[in-house]
Amino acid sequence: MLEIRHLRYDVTAENGGTMDILRDVSLTVEPGKLVVITGPNGGGKTTLAKTIMGLNQPTGGSIRWNGQDITSLSITDRAKAGVSYGFQQPPRFKGLKVESLLALAAGKEALSPGEGCQYLTQVGLCADDYIHREVDSSLSGGELKRIEIATILARRAGLMIFDEPEAGIDLWSFAKLTETFERIHKTGEATLLIISHQERIIQLADQIAVIEAGKVTHWGSREEIFPKIMARTIPGCGYMKGGEA
Amino acid sequence: MEQMDWKILKEIAELEKTPQGAYNFRVNGALDARQVTANIDITSKTDKPGIDITVKPGTKGESVHIPVVLSQTGLTDVVYNDFYIGENADVDIVAGCGIHNTGCETSQHDGIHVFHVGKNARVRYVERHYGEGPGTGENILNPRTEVYLEEGASITMEMTQIRGVDSTVRDTVVEVAAGGECIINEKLMTDGTQTAESNVEIILKGAGATGRVISRSVGRGESVQVFRPCMTGQADCFGHVQCDSILMDQAKIKSIPAIDAQSVDAQLIHEAAIGRIAGDQILKLLTLGLTEEEAEEKILEGFLN
Repeated sequence: MLEIRHLRYDVTAENGGTMDILRDVSLTVEPGKLVVITGPNGGGKTTLAKTIMGLNQPTGGSIRWNGQDITSLSITDRAKAGVSYGFQQPPRFKGLKVESLLALAAGKEALSPGEGCQYLTQVGLCADDYIHREVDSSLSGGELKRIEIATILARRAGLMIFDEPEAGIDLWSFAKLTETFERIHKTGEATLLIISHQERIIQLADQIAVIEAGKVTHWGSREEIFPKIMARTIPGCGYMKGGEA
Repeated sequence: MEQMDWKILKEIAELEKTPQGAYNFRVNGALDARQVTANIDITSKTDKPGIDITVKPGTKGESVHIPVVLSQTGLTDVVYNDFYIGENADVDIVAGCGIHNTGCETSQHDGIHVFHVGKNARVRYVERHYGEGPGTGENILNPRTEVYLEEGASITMEMTQIRGVDSTVRDTVVEVAAGGECIINEKLMTDGTQTAESNVEIILKGAGATGRVISRSVGRGESVQVFRPCMTGQADCFGHVQCDSILMDQAKIKSIPAIDAQSVDAQLIHEAAIGRIAGDQILKLLTLGLTEEEAEEKILEGFLN
């Protein structure tokens, strides 16, 4: 179970003032659930994901994973405790091969051909074409993103956080990806936290959290929250309507 | 050969026993073992130290191993090796030098290799340099390699120096005739107070000649590296120089790639980049459960793979 309590993350702005990126975020995700975090750009979704992984150190609040307080653990220790995070914009590595990166993710010296094939197929890539490729600028953004997601599948951590996994991915691979999320969810092998704006991914959620301006503004079951999100996507500008949107 | 010498042979040539095909082992400045084949002959020079390696025209799929081991401290070994590769031959040549220095005196090996590669022949040349030993004496390697490719001939050179060499000055000159190809993959890592200098010159002399230099290096500690790859195009040819370096600690790396077009049809490109390990690469590997040290090692290992 993931328990986030009163999480805060502030940074010092250029003018010397404080910017509150996360303001008192609390969330509880039950084991094996699939939670989608959505909301407008700049609302704090990625910051929240990074803070759970330890890439940002919160300025207040706590994060517990399976009963253990991980708030002050290093990134490495959180990873070992079972937290994983697929980057929104994954880095490229000159010379490092896809097979090596996946083996590192799986915590093994080397992957069997079957394992390599399994992880890449789940993100819509053919192992034959990709396993010996380098994770460098020869890969397109979409290919890199799918390999990033494959590293999280290879890790098999108890908590999988995906940050806009659909970004830059073609329709066919996206269909494969949603199948993969659905399968993980069904087997209950991991708790899934997915930042997404895609209706097809939102439709997979048990619960939805909407994060805006550093706060959870809506939280509840998909059935309850999804219609509210859809209502807000109806064209029209709140400013012209006198701020009623 | 002693056990220590075999250990070094494993580092430089991945040999655990005498290899298939032709070989010539040089240990502490003298011939240790040699084997020739029906197609590959090796003879000692009579006027100076070194060997002549002659590969018959049309020889396919054979290899020659010519490793050098220095395990006696204070030895300076200079050898002149000449390779004559017959037309249409296709061979692998594995060279390399390993030093195990237990004393306080300098051990030095300067290998001067000259390749004459006949028409349409193909050569894959692998050279590894390695030093070790508890002694305080320096390990110095100053190789000079000259390659003359005839029409349609090609050579791929993999030159690697990963550890234990205190000082090296490497000079490589390649002349490529029409339709020929030269690919140089250079990998270098220095640490401590080591210094390394690599000067590569490829001259594309004929139409359709191709040259590539792909150099990757890592500088650690207070080590210093200097690269001077130069690609000269004298005809309708294509040349590409790519130097990438990772800088760590207080190391210094200077990269001076040059392209010299002497024909209006020459297409020459150079790229060079030096920088620290990207922070997001380290963070990604931390999120996979590696420590910062492990992450750095894996990034370097991949970079120099």
